[in-house]
Amino acid sequence: MTPFWVALLIKLGVTTVLLIAISLLLFIVSWAERKQSALIQDRIGANRAKLFGVRAWGLWHNLADTLKLILKEDYVPPTGDKLLHTLAPFLAMFCAMASFAVIPYGPPVTLFGHTFDLQVAPLNVGLLYIFAMMSIGIYGFVLAGYASNNNYAFLGGLRAASQMISYEVTMGATIVGLLLCYNTLDLQQMVIRQGDLLWGWLPAWGLVLQPVGFFLFMAAGTAETKRIPFDLPEGESEIIGYYVEYSGMKYGMFFSADLLESILVACLAATLFLGGWQLPYLTAGGFLLPGGLTWALPHWLVVALQVGAFAFKVVLVSWVMMTVRWTLPRFRYDQLMKLGWTFLLPISLANILLTGAVIVALGA
Amino acid sequence: MAFVVARRELTWWENLYIGEIVRGVWITSRHFLVNLTRHAAHSVGLMRDKPALVTFQYPEQRRPLAPRKRTRHRLTKRADGSPRCVACMMCETVCPARCIYIVAKEVGNPNIEKAPQRFDIDLGKCVFCGYCVEACPEDAIRMDTGILEISELTRGEMILDMQTMLASSPTPATDHLQSAPGH
Repeated sequence: MTPFWVALLIKLGVTTVLLIAISLLLFIVSWAERKQSALIQDRIGANRAKLFGVRAWGLWHNLADTLKLILKEDYVPPTGDKLLHTLAPFLAMFCAMASFAVIPYGPPVTLFGHTFDLQVAPLNVGLLYIFAMMSIGIYGFVLAGYASNNNYAFLGGLRAASQMISYEVTMGATIVGLLLCYNTLDLQQMVIRQGDLLWGWLPAWGLVLQPVGFFLFMAAGTAETKRIPFDLPEGESEIIGYYVEYSGMKYGMFFSADLLESILVACLAATLFLGGWQLPYLTAGGFLLPGGLTWALPHWLVVALQVGAFAFKVVLVSWVMMTVRWTLPRFRYDQLMKLGWTFLLPISLANILLTGAVIVALGA
Repeated sequence: MAFVVARRELTWWENLYIGEIVRGVWITSRHFLVNLTRHAAHSVGLMRDKPALVTFQYPEQRRPLAPRKRTRHRLTKRADGSPRCVACMMCETVCPARCIYIVAKEVGNPNIEKAPQRFDIDLGKCVFCGYCVEACPEDAIRMDTGILEISELTRGEMILDMQTMLASSPTPATDHLQSAPGH
């Protein structure tokens, strides 16, 4: 039995690593988004901020922006609700951050005789927890619109609420197919089961078992995080958005919450559909190729490879989401609702039906 | 004239979005990869002839100005260095922004009669229409200095005086348009 203080230290270590990784990813994603859009549109992008005479391809612009946001006046509209207005960005940010707690970013690790999961909270209802957090996160955006006492902000908040709730239905329905396949809500267990091989050579990743589910999840996930082409809650030319009355770091928190949510969806997509930290044919003892070839690797190297594989997948999914963002025009609001309720939801329900039928037919 | 744009119905495949999204992602990704490769090649001195961007990096790199571009004013001079202006007030009269102020003085030469004592242009009011250049019978005022960045901290500093305008020279792009000296 692990003594309490050792367990505490381990938990702190696991949490710190995750927190640093997320902050770094947030930093890099907001930079990459600028530079990628610039290259796509034949521009250079932000490149003027200089630190110690080094421009570093505009990396410092994030620091400059953060500094600017912190130093700006924090304005609460006089007719607005001060408490809720202040609470909203914290709620949005908190829910986005807290959802990462159940993402397993590595295999079970043995260190000095103690075995632990590379996962902050090994919950057996991890997936439900994430959905709960996302649902509470909606309150942040609705409150922002409500507490500002501004019609435009209110419209933005309403749009955010109805959009996120609509697409959460699709997202939830998409996940059911996976639950039927893996029989668990525990994300770590789900990833471990994705290490199985079908017919001895095909990794049983969610993408292989639920190809339709993957596309539905990506579409619903993009809508859930309010990113282009589904960024209806914010429309600079029409309603501005739920954050119209926000300035300074509170606005920055909404901005980061949005980015964090998109990273979260990337993490979820990697965990649920792309095998999480699984590298094909890499088992705890080393590589085990389908032909019977084996290549033993030390424990630390296996862990490093698998954590690296997870990071790579998350970056890849984020990248795809950003590319789609800079490719597609936005939907109109009625098109968005039509797409969600009359197109994605029926397909996801049919997907559940088909998955269930196949599982019953196979007698599994 | 108003006319109706014939809209094409989307085909079944286009309505599915997926194929079209892949096509769009392919276009943006191609731009990204081509530009990234060119930037990387430029940084080691290769592929200099192939641009990776269509924008101008403004303070370091300027757009070429067309010769007829109207930029900050200057006053032309006679061969002896005196202003060509005869203070006829044509420009001051035609100026729609009323930003030109001329104080005339007499000169001894009966062929010239008048010359400006003061010739001020308030650049804070000037709309850069170029009417003053067109109205001038003596080709005394031109807008070909190539100076576009005009900013000062006070309104008073925005007023351009005669000495500065006489001291300005045309841009190389418009230099060949200089009329023959001494008329």
